[in-house]
Amino acid sequence: MQAAIVECNRWYIPHMARWLLACTVLLSACSDQPWNRPYPAVDAGRNILYSSFSERPNHLDPAQSYSSNEVTFTGQIYEPPLQYHYLKRPYELIALTATEIPVARYLDAAGNELPVDAPADSIVYSYYDIHIQPGIRYQPHPAFARNEQGELRYHGLSEEDLADIYALEDFAATGSRELTAADYVYQIKRLAHPGLHSPILGLMSDYIVGLGAYAKTLEAAWTQAGGAEQNAYLDLHRYPLEGAQEIDRYTYRIKLNGKYPQLLYWLAMPFFGPVPAEADAFYSQPGMKARNITLDWYPVGTGPYMLTVNNPNRQMVLERNPEFHGESYPGEGEPGDREAGLLADAGKPLPFIDRIVFSLEKEDIPYWNKFLQGYYDSSGISSDSFDQAVSIGAGGEVSLTDDMREQGIQLNTAVSTSIYYTGFNMQDPVVGGNTERARKLRQAISIAIDFEEYISIFMNGRGIPAQGPVPPGIFGYVDGDAGINTHVYEVTDRGPRRKSIEVARRLLAEAGYPDGRDIETGKPLVLHFDTASAGPDAKARLDWLTKQFAKLDLQLVIRGTEYNRFQEKMLKGTAQIFQWGWNADYPDPENFLFLLYGPNSKVELNGENAANYRNDAFDRLFDQVKNMENSPQRAELIAEMIDIVRFDAPWVWGFIPKQFSLHHAWYRNSKPNLMANNSLKYRRIEPQQRLIMQAQWNRPVLWPVIALLLLVLLVVLPAFLAFRRQQRMSALGTLR
Amino acid sequence: MFAYIIRRVSYAIPILVGVNVLTFYLFFVVNTPDDMARMHLGQKHVTAEAVEKWKAAHGYDKPLLINDDVIGIARVTETIFYEKSVRLFAFDFGFSDDGRDIGHDIRQRMLPSLAIALPALILGLLVNITFALLMAFFRGTYVDVSGVILCVVLMSISGMFYIIGGQYLLAKLLRLMPISGYDVGTDMVRFLVLPVLIGVVSGIGSGARWYRTFFLEEAGKDYVRTARAKGLSEPLVQFRHILRNALIPIVTGVVVVLPLLFMGSLLTESFFAIPGLGSYTIDAIRNQDFAIVRAMVFLGTVLYIIGLILVDITYTIVDPRVRLS
Repeated sequence: MQAAIVECNRWYIPHMARWLLACTVLLSACSDQPWNRPYPAVDAGRNILYSSFSERPNHLDPAQSYSSNEVTFTGQIYEPPLQYHYLKRPYELIALTATEIPVARYLDAAGNELPVDAPADSIVYSYYDIHIQPGIRYQPHPAFARNEQGELRYHGLSEEDLADIYALEDFAATGSRELTAADYVYQIKRLAHPGLHSPILGLMSDYIVGLGAYAKTLEAAWTQAGGAEQNAYLDLHRYPLEGAQEIDRYTYRIKLNGKYPQLLYWLAMPFFGPVPAEADAFYSQPGMKARNITLDWYPVGTGPYMLTVNNPNRQMVLERNPEFHGESYPGEGEPGDREAGLLADAGKPLPFIDRIVFSLEKEDIPYWNKFLQGYYDSSGISSDSFDQAVSIGAGGEVSLTDDMREQGIQLNTAVSTSIYYTGFNMQDPVVGGNTERARKLRQAISIAIDFEEYISIFMNGRGIPAQGPVPPGIFGYVDGDAGINTHVYEVTDRGPRRKSIEVARRLLAEAGYPDGRDIETGKPLVLHFDTASAGPDAKARLDWLTKQFAKLDLQLVIRGTEYNRFQEKMLKGTAQIFQWGWNADYPDPENFLFLLYGPNSKVELNGENAANYRNDAFDRLFDQVKNMENSPQRAELIAEMIDIVRFDAPWVWGFIPKQFSLHHAWYRNSKPNLMANNSLKYRRIEPQQRLIMQAQWNRPVLWPVIALLLLVLLVVLPAFLAFRRQQRMSALGTLR
Repeated sequence: MFAYIIRRVSYAIPILVGVNVLTFYLFFVVNTPDDMARMHLGQKHVTAEAVEKWKAAHGYDKPLLINDDVIGIARVTETIFYEKSVRLFAFDFGFSDDGRDIGHDIRQRMLPSLAIALPALILGLLVNITFALLMAFFRGTYVDVSGVILCVVLMSISGMFYIIGGQYLLAKLLRLMPISGYDVGTDMVRFLVLPVLIGVVSGIGSGARWYRTFFLEEAGKDYVRTARAKGLSEPLVQFRHILRNALIPIVTGVVVVLPLLFMGSLLTESFFAIPGLGSYTIDAIRNQDFAIVRAMVFLGTVLYIIGLILVDITYTIVDPRVRLS
């Protein structure tokens, strides 16, 4: 065996090492690209933005898409009449395809026009006349393709015509046409289509005149035509809707019941984007749905980008729309934007990026590592990678770690327009109701649950404690000491301090539960927390919550259940204490205050008031506030409403999350805009800088591989040589 | 044999019905049609009317198993179970709850699943058999002892660790290949190297140890002693006699999993962003898409039954003493 090893060392290892080295050099010479680059070599250095998605979007039809992973796509493709200014804060609506922001005209029951400041209860109808810009054209699409006779080429297709069609790109010809007001009207009608189940139909039926009845008309017609079974097509032009009408080629009117100024915010969402009737007719042809060729899969818009690859199993690609009407980067922003370089591209034509590639990435770890390798241009920060990316100083100041700074990575933070709260079911006999006893119990619990600690432990400091239902950035939010909830906090020279647990105990005693025991029965007070997060991941949070109640000697029983049952409990009102959240649809206080509006109760009306809170004074104020324009008077009324709910404490106000995001040095014009969903057109990258950095960061390291192979050889070769020697030996032990 | 196969196929029908009933029951114990509607309609502004409309449009407005509102056979046929399940037996998977053709999706996703599973299976077999033969050949020596220790160590590591560790070491630290992703054509190979490699390495521990026992068991048999006694070389004994006979349990073990390779691997597909059938199933469960869940369970059952029939047939091929009757 010893001889074999010597032989091995002398001949085999040097030969093998040379061979491996030669192979390595050869491999390296094959390509100057990093080996771990997950994109085609031909795309290196191109003006492409790389992003990801973790779940396939369920809907890309603008009548249906609502969740953030859907509007990421539809927001770039469909152009509603309005949009949010990219840079200005507070959020400001500006025209997109409209010529200007529409101004409402108000009418009374007799059809007489009322002044702008007319009382809301005198307004029977509101008219919004929306003028769109001429000359805007749709992306190239087969639905618009015409033959020599000028007829639509791919309409009236038979099964035979579709024989070789498997995807939209199999249609050879495309066409385009000008955007008209009729397309916007068509889309508003589509909200009522029985086959689409638009999530906003219920809400819009309350406002758009005749929409509810229109849905019933369409349903009857659709059923008669064959319904879902036959993928029946309804030509919506044949069914007029009073609430949405074309005035002329470039003007349409939305007629509302009463006054609803929030409509303007909805007009900045893809729900109110244009859909050409030709596209609807094209996709409704027999055989299309069976081939998965639907509007839900292949959107058609006028926006800066069009979806050219839709394979949500792997990749979705947005490419520059050659027919895009053009738009310029904004020339003004908020203070500090110029210094941050956000106005460097002012006036330049949009979009900057040619192609946006979204790759499927289901897990955080590979996504994060690819971001660090430079293969994704921006990233959020998951809890797992937070410490690697961000350091928080003694005073709570946030900064990037040295590793991140060395890579030139930059950090963006923004306070969300969301709120997460702990709610009390106001119909519950113990914690609910308007009695002083229940209110003081709720107030005591509100003090005891230390959300500052929660944010620090469970959110890496990424949040701020909420002082009421309205988060920062929304009209009605009051900053500083004036905005502090004095039922829970004390205002001191060093800022607000949560009231001591003794104050909470005193309130609890006043509520009739001294030391957590019912003064009448002497029994300990047992409360129930209903949650859908009962797995191992949630255990630490639930333990923490139990301890918060234990500070008051209250026993908290966790009633964990799966999400569907939790929803059912909420609908039936059998939950006692729960956690819930809300993400703003639009930056108006009405979108938060309605969460506590009595007629919005979840139990009674399946509304969004999950706590089933009802206070007549609050409801009266809400009725006033919801229809007002932002003004000092509106701010006063909102403050009054917030005072009411702070006192009643139907929620423990919880926290408002802060969003942290990272981007590489080559990524420009990055400013979080939590309302706009069409912000990709403003982003710019420096592809050459990215290419250089990627090459620098991703040089393959080969020596461990060579060392490993040599190690294997060192183990195997002696055995092999010993085997050979054994084979060559005679029975007497001499070599043959 | 033909009669045997026909009989086995006919046995499959009650199994498929049973599995279908069980899937249906388990799914609807957790998710009611109302839950499904709310999931598909989103969490905001969903009215009770919208929920009812969604259910009606997707055929979830009927009773689950028995319809008491009608009489006769309609009591069974006018139910969600009947309407959603019967077509499966004609391999018509229908449409998912969000309107996609399930058959089309399955056909699209089968290849990526196979692209990982097949090379991992073949390479894994080669490596495991080679390693097991090496240990068996050098039994009792340092090669065997260290090999067994290595196997035990490899078996003790969780699958997740292999994936995360493999991605970190080979793709992040050594930068030899992409961390995750998928492509079509020849570019696919770059993305498959890492998951296949991890699949092979993670299987060495259990595979090689298992196969080693087969080889050692065969090596102790009389015919092997006879072969050596008549002067055959050791390689000839190993490869012609021991390997061939030890392959019987190995081959039958492999054949049973062959059809299931189509179904994909949940963890691997998720971490490597491979658009296969494993992730398709999990996404469907998460999205409460009963149409996809029932189709995938049905398909998995059919493939498993095919695997078992194939095993029986393979036995007759690799062991001439076995006859099917």
